[in-house]
Amino acid sequence: MLSSLSAHLPVLQVVVLLIAAPLCALFGNRHLAWTIAFIAASAAFVISTLLLGSVLDGSVISYHLGGWAPPWGIEYRIDAANAFILFIVSLIGVLVLPYARQSIEREFEASTHSYFYTCYLLCLTGLLGVAATGDAFNVFVFLEISSLATYALVAFGAKRDKRALTAAYNYLIMGTIGATFFVIGIGFLYMVTGTLNMADLAVRLAEVGDTRVTRVAFVFILVGMGLKLAMFPLHLWLPNAYSYAPSAITAFLAATATKVALYVLLRFTFTVFQFDFPVQELTFEYVVMPLAVVAMFAASIAAVFQQDVKRLLAYSSVAQVGYMLLGVALLTEAGLTAGIIHLFNHAVTKGALFLAVGCFVYQVGSSRLGDLKGIGKTMPWTTAALTAGGLSLIGVPLTVGFISKWYLIQASLETGSLLIAGLIVASSLIAVIYVWRIVEVAYLEPAPEGREAKEAPLSMLLPTYALVVASLYFGINSELTSSAASQAANALYSATDFAAPPMLLSPADLRSEGASQ
Amino acid sequence: MWDEMTVEFFVSHYNYWMTVILMMIGLYVVVSRGNLVKKIVGLNLFQTSVFMLYISMAKILGGTAPILTDNPNEVYSNPLPHVLILTAIVVGVATTALGLALIIRIRESFDTIEEDEIFDIEQQMANTSHPHAETPNKC
Repeated sequence: MLSSLSAHLPVLQVVVLLIAAPLCALFGNRHLAWTIAFIAASAAFVISTLLLGSVLDGSVISYHLGGWAPPWGIEYRIDAANAFILFIVSLIGVLVLPYARQSIEREFEASTHSYFYTCYLLCLTGLLGVAATGDAFNVFVFLEISSLATYALVAFGAKRDKRALTAAYNYLIMGTIGATFFVIGIGFLYMVTGTLNMADLAVRLAEVGDTRVTRVAFVFILVGMGLKLAMFPLHLWLPNAYSYAPSAITAFLAATATKVALYVLLRFTFTVFQFDFPVQELTFEYVVMPLAVVAMFAASIAAVFQQDVKRLLAYSSVAQVGYMLLGVALLTEAGLTAGIIHLFNHAVTKGALFLAVGCFVYQVGSSRLGDLKGIGKTMPWTTAALTAGGLSLIGVPLTVGFISKWYLIQASLETGSLLIAGLIVASSLIAVIYVWRIVEVAYLEPAPEGREAKEAPLSMLLPTYALVVASLYFGINSELTSSAASQAANALYSATDFAAPPMLLSPADLRSEGASQ
Repeated sequence: MWDEMTVEFFVSHYNYWMTVILMMIGLYVVVSRGNLVKKIVGLNLFQTSVFMLYISMAKILGGTAPILTDNPNEVYSNPLPHVLILTAIVVGVATTALGLALIIRIRESFDTIEEDEIFDIEQQMANTSHPHAETPNKC
């Protein structure tokens, strides 16, 4: 029983949440909905941990949906790269729930809470599905499931600030354009290869070679995903969406949504297209890398001038996406590893930061810097968490931020680019300024009269501290993340090495196995 | 004026031209119109152009509908893109519905669906120090 269940882990990862989501809406009771959501998210986390454990040795799990063999059937293909992403997403997904329970109580009406959990689970389903699937069109479908849920979740912030509605609307417009671009790209790939399975696409694209259609397909996919992951000039939806979404959702999105989109870009760039095409190399060298560097500076500078902590951190996210893309754009395995390490580290750090800001919103009702004067005295634990996260953003040693920057600088020095290494250090100095602005307001300014802000409730502080401790732990002991990230980078590079057949775990095989016994 | 090759090139690729034209009209509407509903219309046009791209690549000249018959030599169109686009249409419908629902909520809160007027209101909100305290909204 258990072994047959474990064979279905790749699909259970997605299906458990997908079934739990409508249950939340059906039962309508918010406490029950929370319990369902929490159990489902915990199950997803356990499953992703098991999956990560079984693929870290470099093996690949290929799951055939309904027993239909790829490339005709839909395949879920778990290797080190997407198992790592699944792990991050489900970890954040389960941590945010206990936090959300308290936090959303003050942010919108109790009657809508069960719908909130429905949307939340759908969003998580979509994100996990994008990471798990090995089928290009499935990526689009799951991407839209998560995006549609995200638009609704952002709009949930409307009770606190009605600008959440326009933020959600603009996100919808840009997100849909991005997803549609992505579909155009897949359409072109299908046109030249006749397949949608990513592994199969890789083999056939290598045969097709560098044609105009594949180039156009690559560019469409790059731009489409660029919109979803907030690549620098396409990031305009992000600051508003992050600022006005409910606190728990901001933390969840900042830690997962853009990361999953980045994963899709990596998967297509490295596994599907595989760098046989000069146009890719040129695009990354002359378009993505300069834009990443511009993002590191422009978004960081924009962050310095923000009056709202949530908005400040949102701009900082755009800058951090720049770091990840910079690592990837170096086009070496070391650079890719650095990008993936930063992907994980930033998810942990930004998650912690936005959760801490959510505690302020819970107690003070605002995240504006002007309203947070002297908050360090009345909410010492939250402020300490925010400071620790801020240090990690800067890249101070003993935090995860240092580890990512260390790897990034090493990777850029390896390619002989002293300039890039210098730019990484220089842009980190801007992070010092915006983190200092928060610290200064919180600790050094006098608190206004009559503000009663106690420490946030424990159920909100614990998830925050779980991520803060993680960001310190992985900053000291980077063994686990770096080996997982290098394994993931390796998997992205070598995912199309079909000499060794992948582990077959289709229901059909299981049936025949059972019959023979 | 045009030699035969060029004309033939244009005519034989006419499905792509239609796709490109529709796509550009759609994107232009999204970017240029200030009315939120019109933006959704543009978005729909844009998505529809992609549906047509997929459907036209499924078509095989002389092919019939992809239905099993007794004739083994039957040539039929590729059914897969049709199925994919069915999914994409559903996604498009869901997006449109969500967008329109958001517009209703925006209309309730801002009392307008014109982008520039909403922008002005948001600017005012940003300039007042406590926007949250002052704007009890209906939603």
